Amino acid sequence: MSLFNKLKESLSKTRQNLSQRVGALLTGSSQLDASFFEELEEILLTADVGARTSMELVERLQQEVKTRRITEPAAVAGLLQEEVSRLLGEEGRLCWSPTPPTVILVVGVNGVGKTTTIGKLAYRLHREGKKVILAAGDTFRAAAGEQLAVWAERAGAGLIRHQAGADPGAVVYDALQAARNRRTDVVLVDTAGRLQTKVNLMEELKKVRRVIEREVPGAPHEVLLVLDATSGQNALSQAKLFHEAVGVTGIALTKLDGTAKGGVVLAIGNEMGLPVKLVGLGEGVDDLKEFQPRDFAAALFSDLSSI
Amino acid sequence: MAVFASLAEKLQDTFKKLRGKGKLNEADVNQAMREIRLALLEADVNFKVVKDFISRVKERAVGQEVMASLTPGQQVVKIVHEELTALMGGSESKLNWSSQPPTIIMLVGLQGSGKTTTAAKLARRVLQQGRRPLLVAADVYRPAAIKQLQILGEGLKVPVFSMGTTARPLDIARAALEHAARHGNNTIIVDTAGRLHIDEEMMAELAGLKEVLKPHEILLVVDAMTGQDAVQVAGSFHQQLGLTGVILTKLDGDTRGGAALSVRAVTGCPIKYIGVGEKTDALETFHPDRLASRILGMGDVLSLIEKAQENLDVEQAKELQKKIRQQEFTLEDFLVQMKQMKKMGPLEELINLMPGAGKMKQLKNLKIDPKEMLHVEAIIQSMTPEERRNPSILNGSRKRRIAAGSGTRVQEVNRLLRQFEDAKKIMQLFSEGGGKKKKIRGRNLFPF
Ligand SMILES: Nc1nc2c(ncn2[C@@H]2O[C@H](COP(=O)(O)OP(=O)(O)OP(=O)(O)O)[C@@H](O)[C@H]2O)c(=O)[nH]1
Ligand SMILES: [Mg+2]
Repeated sequence: MSLFNKLKESLSKTRQNLSQRVGALLTGSSQLDASFFEELEEILLTADVGARTSMELVERLQQEVKTRRITEPAAVAGLLQEEVSRLLGEEGRLCWSPTPPTVILVVGVNGVGKTTTIGKLAYRLHREGKKVILAAGDTFRAAAGEQLAVWAERAGAGLIRHQAGADPGAVVYDALQAARNRRTDVVLVDTAGRLQTKVNLMEELKKVRRVIEREVPGAPHEVLLVLDATSGQNALSQAKLFHEAVGVTGIALTKLDGTAKGGVVLAIGNEMGLPVKLVGLGEGVDDLKEFQPRDFAAALFSDLSSI
Repeated sequence: MAVFASLAEKLQDTFKKLRGKGKLNEADVNQAMREIRLALLEADVNFKVVKDFISRVKERAVGQEVMASLTPGQQVVKIVHEELTALMGGSESKLNWSSQPPTIIMLVGLQGSGKTTTAAKLARRVLQQGRRPLLVAADVYRPAAIKQLQILGEGLKVPVFSMGTTARPLDIARAALEHAARHGNNTIIVDTAGRLHIDEEMMAELAGLKEVLKPHEILLVVDAMTGQDAVQVAGSFHQQLGLTGVILTKLDGDTRGGAALSVRAVTGCPIKYIGVGEKTDALETFHPDRLASRILGMGDVLSLIEKAQENLDVEQAKELQKKIRQQEFTLEDFLVQMKQMKKMGPLEELINLMPGAGKMKQLKNLKIDPKEMLHVEAIIQSMTPEERRNPSILNGSRKRRIAAGSGTRVQEVNRLLRQFEDAKKIMQLFSEGGGKKKKIRGRNLFPF
């Protein structure tokens, strides 16, 4: 059989194998032997945790199992939850400024869900009785402003928007002025998607940050990096370079309603200590949740949704 | 990432250590396979694909061609590279054109993978081939998706068919077919809404669209940064729709693009194009061998050279190359080189294409801001010809004079000198560096 066909065949079995294995791993498996940890590592790899962090995690778990004299495979799930919390921080909480407005800058590569996340967040804050303004800092992508406008309306938020191609710094400046005049509680700043290796675009982002710093002392109070749960190890590079450029304070992990687990945030937590604050679970206004490390850890092992 | 930047180097190290023994044994080969496994996993190739791939490569690695070789490390890399290339489909693959117009192309994929932009890019390409494309806006869900396609179409002077957000995609498709027939559009490109492969209702919609459109191509648009889940996504789209090809997007970043391998392995469909930028002209033909190099962290030397060829004055490049070989590279040449590089686009993008670039610290210093270019020019112009030829004579007082003359500061002069030294080092790599040398020499072109 050709390599190609062999791969094809074995891939179709992957899913089945995995769910069977997971079940066996946490309930059926009778002992914590080498093959148990090997399987564990495979599950982590499949969840995009990455080779290095998976190995480290498994080693640490093995260590813990020894020192705590754990013999039950099921207890390992608990340990893993602890590890996940340790790496990713506790339940996600956004930072609020003691004096309004709180300014939240939202950044990320193309198509990860920045605009949608802002829309959902605005909707939630509006429902909590806060006055929200959205700043249409993506003046580059076709119809980005129109997209945000639809969300502003859905969410009951104000919108500051310039023409296509305008300077994003100027948009943000105007939004912050408006926030002051209209006694706004929160300003959510949308930005154009950009690959983290594009130096000129990252410079533009730094400039946006500087405008915010200058106009509102102490701001931005959050710089949220939006990551797509479907992405693999490149998210590490995204986290590093965006952090270097604008000082990321937290991660919003989107598209967790699919089959991807978003495990790369563990690698990011491991290497950079960045907390996950929000998770996106769909395209509707209500599909934004606070990050719960326990649920996240559990989902790492959950069965893959049916295809 | 940087740790695995160059698998080739790592394997060479591994095998160098074994050199003294005369013969490779099982453990040695396993060590090498571990390195390959890590590199592939780090590049986001699906772990199952990696597993099967490794066992296959291992078979060949313990064979004669490696054992007898004086450079087993390179030999193994070559095998891995060949196998990867073969797995991704060997040669390039083109669009299927219908013998009877119109040719109908349907783009499908997850949310945010780049379908709308890709639709416009395809329309541009098709237009350039002298066809008459029609773009169809069938994403009625995402806010402003229709508007986005309209703006892109307007920029290309390609008509966009839409019926607003209240029409059903199936009705839009039917009407679009009629519209195309009436207006003589011989290529129909349908942009569909992004959706999850597990969303039954939305997947059924695509199946319905397929029935109405009877497309000649159903192309899955996949983000090159996708991780392990690529297998589920592609497998499931393929199973439900019968894909004919794949377009890989966002390859202009630093992703290694291992998802390509997973997608190809699970669907068997060829990768037809790659997206390498946000503008509508940033669509390229897919070359399996180049992506194989990239996945292995060996750099995409061929793309780099191609880019250079498009923008370079060949004579000037040859001249530079000669000078480097003869160690006569001066600050004047440096200036010429920097100007050429500026024409090729942001340096960082080029650096990403270079072999082992992630590992090279000195490249950090080489980042050049356009504004800085002006200073560099001013500084070099403030030097005497002797100083340009032989920067080692630049002492403190000369540097101060140059800084004053160019309206810059001594620190900037020093930085320029450092950059110059770094550039020299890097160019040495290109003119003498190991396995990379052959390719470049074959084209007789200095990559900058
Ligand atoms: N299933 C799912 N889809 C999402 C989620 N968040 C965003 N999306 C979808 O992903 C697509 C891209 O989202 P956008 O919000 O436009 O992404 P963006 O980062 O602003 O994109 P650019 O501005 O083009 O870089 C849209 O179709 C969204 O509906 C999520 O949590 N789950
Ligand atoms: Mg957006």
